[in-house]
Amino acid sequence: MKNVLILGATSDMAQAIAKKYAAEGWSLTLAAIEPELLASIASDLRVRGDVTVDTKTFDATDFENHRAFYESLETRPDAVIAVFGYMSDQEKVRTDIADIRRTIDINFTGMATMLSVIADDFEKRGRGAIAAISSVAGDRGRQSNYIYGSAKAGLTAFLSGLRNRLAKKGVHVMTVKPGFARTKMTENMELPEALTASPEQIADAVFKGLEKKRNVVYTLWMWRYIMLIIRHIPEFIFKKMGM
Amino acid sequence: MRTISDWGNYPVIEADVAGFDSVGQLRKQLEDPGELIAFGNGRSYGDASLQKRMVLTRRFSKFLSFDESSGTLCCDSGVLLSEILDVFVPRGWFLPVTPGTKLITVGGAIAADVHGKNHHVDGSFGQHILSMDIMRNDGSIITCSPTVNAEFFKVTVGGMGLTGVILNASFRLKRIETAFIREETVRAANLGEIMDCFEVSVGWTYSVAWIDCLAKGDSMGRSIMMRGEHAQTHELVSPTHKHAPLKVNKGMQLAVPFRFPNFALNPLSMKAFNFAYYNKCRPGTHQHLVDYNSFFYPLDAISNWNRIYGKRGFTQYQFVIPKEAGREGMARILKRITDSGLGSFLAVLKLFGEQDSFMSFPMEGYTLALDFPISQKAMELFKELDAMVADYGGRLYLAKDSRMDAAMFEKTYANADEFRQAVTLLNEGETRFASLQSKRIGITN
Repeated sequence: MKNVLILGATSDMAQAIAKKYAAEGWSLTLAAIEPELLASIASDLRVRGDVTVDTKTFDATDFENHRAFYESLETRPDAVIAVFGYMSDQEKVRTDIADIRRTIDINFTGMATMLSVIADDFEKRGRGAIAAISSVAGDRGRQSNYIYGSAKAGLTAFLSGLRNRLAKKGVHVMTVKPGFARTKMTENMELPEALTASPEQIADAVFKGLEKKRNVVYTLWMWRYIMLIIRHIPEFIFKKMGM
Repeated sequence: MRTISDWGNYPVIEADVAGFDSVGQLRKQLEDPGELIAFGNGRSYGDASLQKRMVLTRRFSKFLSFDESSGTLCCDSGVLLSEILDVFVPRGWFLPVTPGTKLITVGGAIAADVHGKNHHVDGSFGQHILSMDIMRNDGSIITCSPTVNAEFFKVTVGGMGLTGVILNASFRLKRIETAFIREETVRAANLGEIMDCFEVSVGWTYSVAWIDCLAKGDSMGRSIMMRGEHAQTHELVSPTHKHAPLKVNKGMQLAVPFRFPNFALNPLSMKAFNFAYYNKCRPGTHQHLVDYNSFFYPLDAISNWNRIYGKRGFTQYQFVIPKEAGREGMARILKRITDSGLGSFLAVLKLFGEQDSFMSFPMEGYTLALDFPISQKAMELFKELDAMVADYGGRLYLAKDSRMDAAMFEKTYANADEFRQAVTLLNEGETRFASLQSKRIGITN
């Protein structure tokens, strides 16, 4: 039985991904910082179906222990999906040093350290698949969330480099850019319905994307073109826009 | 703040909404004083789950336990009936009661005490609840069942979320051998025929009729009855089905991608649809074997079908009148509707069995549900219909309602006064449960 490790397993997106993999017959290792919520998620999955679920406490910002965390896993995963992330109110981030660091630590540094450890192991084994949730916010810095966006831009670049390195080693790396998603982060926000993906849609896109070895996945196809346009607006015009 | 509405897209409001993952998070929300109401999957039609401040339950959706020997499932209130079916049909279990959509939450099913095509045999959803936990306005949790805290249980089933936020519930699923229904369709040429047909069909577990609300004169009330039983393994014919009797194919999921312009549904297009639908079924009785989705949830196969009514939105007028008044009453009311020419193509007729609960909609008699695009004319028609329904001793379904007035509610729900007192008592304090509907019909101030 194949095993998937989900990092940041308590988010809505991660829960939908876990359900998808469980339904496809994989065994699961769920890792997140909130052990109680993690336990209730695992017990839910066990009632839903005949599935093997392990849980592990995981702190994305405890960089030094990422190797120890990985080595403590009972099952070496066949696939890793890194879902953890952190987005706060940009107004708050703009002036709050601790929050800026937190945004970068979780969205970029934590991803880079954890995935580097995993990449080494997968490279040695000569197989495995890694998917990480980045963001369209990383495609171009915009005034409304450039701190989060720049951390995600770093992650996107990291993943593309990792993909470049591991492609010849039988290891696949996939970048996921969900666009708007209806999750707890956005539940009280007005979102354009047609551009908003549900956690289940994202889970399907992640599963299918990895099966088909896609490189960069925008969960709703429109986003690829929206971001293509946004990336190509000349800087002298872009800087005057209120995005 | 975000724009939100229930299934009828009428009314549409601006609201502050927040979900919760844990009991602690919900308790924290309830510490904020003011009025609020729980919102599940937004499938009630009107304003029963709308309010300036809403608690979203959809994220609170864990399966807690399942006892394979008795079929007892315990799950959080935000779980959808569709999730239960996806998990348990392949294991040989089915819902004890299900409405015509599976896209509702367990909490919503209890709060509106929903019914299904088997009401005359199995009663409403609430009658199958063994036990449930509810968070009160002060953050305390009360466990109730038909025997424990029975009074609280009584006002919560069908209580439209006004007694607290339902956290979880236990209920028994029923055993099935296959995922298929042995369906029989019967074409009835008019109202009299279809009512006869219901009366001889009480031995069937499931029965319901689609009724053409535009046909007039001698064919007024022409209908197609669909009655069914869970198919047993030996009744399956196709080798694929025999091999995997509990497996159904996903089927095609269609979607209405945007709101249709208001003129798309007009008397002509609806008449054409009804004519085609009625005549597609040949006269007489026919047997088919269909999977449970096409029998119970034909409309769920079309995502966002509510958008065909356009920006104006729609409402579903669903009433019940007692069986004694049935023939005469239904004929008079239906005539008023067909004369108006306002009805649309989705109209459903059903004979309910007896029901003895405090606030629930069903009573022994005939219920008719039909969709109307929102218009001034329709609102005037509803007023007339209300008077007739009340005269016959009937009432309207709160889960569908967006426009009934307080006087109508008072006249038609026998326990209205007692319910109001209970809700007032339970909502003492800074935080109160109230919806736009509960204010409109005078249950809360």
